[in-house]
Amino acid sequence: MPVEWKAVDPVTAQAIFDEMMGHNGGSREAYRVLQDWLASAPPQLLEHRREEAELFFRRVGITFAVYGNAEAEERLIPFDIIPRILSGREWAQLARGLEQRVKALNLFLKDIYGAREILRAGIVPPELVFLNPYYRPQMHGLSLNGDIYVQVAGVDIVRVDDKDFYVLEDNLRTPSGVSYMLENREVMMRLFPDLVAKQRIRPIENYVNELLGTLKSVAPASSPWEPTVVLLTPGSFNSAYYEHSFLADRMGVELVEGRDLFVRDEVVYMRTTEGPKRVDVIYSRIDDDFLDPLVFRPDSALGVPGLIAAYRAGNVAIANAPGTGVADDKAMYSYVPDIVRFYTGEEPILKNVPTWRCREKEALAYVLDHLHELVVKEVNGSGGYGMLVGPHATREAREHFRARILAAPDNYIAQPTLALSTSPIFTESGLASRHVDLRPFVLSGRDGVRLVPGGLTRVALTEGSLVVNSSQGGGTKDTWVLSE
Amino acid sequence: MLSRDADSLYWLSRYVERAENTARILDVAYRMASMPISYNGIESNEWESALATACSIDQFQAHRGEVTPERVIEFLAFSEENPSSIQSCFDTARQNARSVRSALTSEMWEAINSAWLDLRRYRAKKINVEELPRFLNLVKEASLRYDGSAMRTMLRNDAYWFSRLGVYLERADNTARVLDVKYHVLLPRDAEVGGGIDYYQWAAILRSVSALVSYQWVYHQNLRPWLVADLLILREEMPRSLAACYGALSRHLDDIAHRYGISGSAQRQARSIHSRLANQNIEDIFQHGLHEFLQEFLAENNRLGFAITQQYLS
Repeated sequence: MPVEWKAVDPVTAQAIFDEMMGHNGGSREAYRVLQDWLASAPPQLLEHRREEAELFFRRVGITFAVYGNAEAEERLIPFDIIPRILSGREWAQLARGLEQRVKALNLFLKDIYGAREILRAGIVPPELVFLNPYYRPQMHGLSLNGDIYVQVAGVDIVRVDDKDFYVLEDNLRTPSGVSYMLENREVMMRLFPDLVAKQRIRPIENYVNELLGTLKSVAPASSPWEPTVVLLTPGSFNSAYYEHSFLADRMGVELVEGRDLFVRDEVVYMRTTEGPKRVDVIYSRIDDDFLDPLVFRPDSALGVPGLIAAYRAGNVAIANAPGTGVADDKAMYSYVPDIVRFYTGEEPILKNVPTWRCREKEALAYVLDHLHELVVKEVNGSGGYGMLVGPHATREAREHFRARILAAPDNYIAQPTLALSTSPIFTESGLASRHVDLRPFVLSGRDGVRLVPGGLTRVALTEGSLVVNSSQGGGTKDTWVLSE
Repeated sequence: MLSRDADSLYWLSRYVERAENTARILDVAYRMASMPISYNGIESNEWESALATACSIDQFQAHRGEVTPERVIEFLAFSEENPSSIQSCFDTARQNARSVRSALTSEMWEAINSAWLDLRRYRAKKINVEELPRFLNLVKEASLRYDGSAMRTMLRNDAYWFSRLGVYLERADNTARVLDVKYHVLLPRDAEVGGGIDYYQWAAILRSVSALVSYQWVYHQNLRPWLVADLLILREEMPRSLAACYGALSRHLDDIAHRYGISGSAQRQARSIHSRLANQNIEDIFQHGLHEFLQEFLAENNRLGFAITQQYLS
């Protein structure tokens, strides 16, 4: 089956790099086997497998909720059956870059909640830290086990050619999507055993064990040899609830809500049928804001009163630590290469997308003049909400956004529209190229960084679209890393 | 395990059991009501006694007014205002199931989820009296499938025991109510048996707890009111009898106490009710007053539910 693809983006006039075919419609090394297989596979077979995959996801109930969309209360994330493939060499480079970046970000968080050397060195403007809505003064002067703040990072990676990986976002708070990474592989192994067997794909199933190992490694020093880990969820109405229950189940730990926990004498307990049971590590999938109504939002019904006091007393570990959001907002993002240099003394392996900070006068002027060719993002937005993709927006939408930027320039950054790489997907009319990104999950524990070879590939399903977020109609693919 | 998870499992099972019981009650009302009036000689009040067993007539009248077959079916099967309607039971059951997904086996989840999806299709269209039996069958089969998958696939640990407690408390409650609503039919203890409305009434009681054939196997004689009561109250071999429910309740409570190494008032209460049922005979119960006995039992059954909640689920 031929792939329908474009060598040049019609809107930005930039050359497009395809993960399978490169710049010239050819064939890249890692995709050889797949490409041969696709050439001989009849379309009916692919269509049949696609239906099977959908049936599997629906039966297992792998769904997510979309906010503000009552109709689709439980929707399936579209799954595309054509895998995205990285060579061992590409992965090795990416893995080194991820490890370097996440290590530096952990050192940065330790520093700004401690000695603040980077501020004194004038590398990062202090107001970006102290006026940041995710800065948590309660974290100041705390010593965390292993000095780890971000145990789980989901770094969004894109590329425009076969040379460099760019980081789009760091996602250091409660990154989600890892359950799709694992389930996608599961489905592919079931549906395409022959194709999977033709090459050496590195396994990812150990992610859950690595996660549990990471969480246990940061348990407070006072906890028993086998610490009690729980996963804290906002509840079954949360959009990522399926993932929470999936991870808790696979790790064999309790899935708790705030009301299942209580604090007595600065120790956290969960209510069990056998009475109170002490909790040592909380893998939190709740926003900081809601963790403890005594310290953060007083109206939070999701949190646990007294939790932060117990945390500060060193009686419980929370992963990720509260206050990590200060390092992953989009304004701080533009300083990360400097942060990497400052703490590691090395050049960053992963690139940043060039960023204009609207808080700076000249940058603001440039952004307002070039709205039609830039992507403008809210500094604290996520999930693809609150952003403007200039080349694809109507004149009206751009003018509307211009007014919003002028009203609060500090809240916005802008980046050039990148011609993100594409990858083939299976559509009703055959194979067609769509833009993709990649979210690998980086685990940091007391004993170092753990990475499983792979990640969640998200794909824009509409032709030409650059928005891959599932809340905006994006889909996912399995991601294969070949062993060398 | 987490108290909240145990609580969800317990209520999940209670609601599935309740849905099945309501379906059985409707089934009996339907059979009785379809008997020719000339045959039973008096105006049938089957739909009212269905209401009295399944919820309360007051509650119905507050929402629906006068009793008609269509209204009773709608209220007991589909109404959202009635928290014990079959539909509401499955809504609540599924909500509970969703919040303890990881404690359920996939078979149990699929049983609940597909029943819930099937029932939603029924709600969308109006169902008439003739279609009722097929609908009720669907509910009974859903409950059987849930129960069967729980029995066959769950680990025998506290999660299983808490879910069984829900089943047996609900079942005991239902059996006692069915008897209580009809107790006046059972009262004339030496009445002649043969034909007529009474026979059908007793048969209906037995049918509503799937015991009509069992009766013959246990007693080898024609229906007699006090034997019907004996079967449903005191016979351990009858799976829906009060004695059988309490046998299971005290056994599973002991399993939990054994596993946790500590026992409490729930165990004491269950054991004492169970031994009272084991040591009583039906003559004494009639002497004391069947209605009084059942009322007292229902109150004690409630107290046990409360004790279980206190001890484990909150």
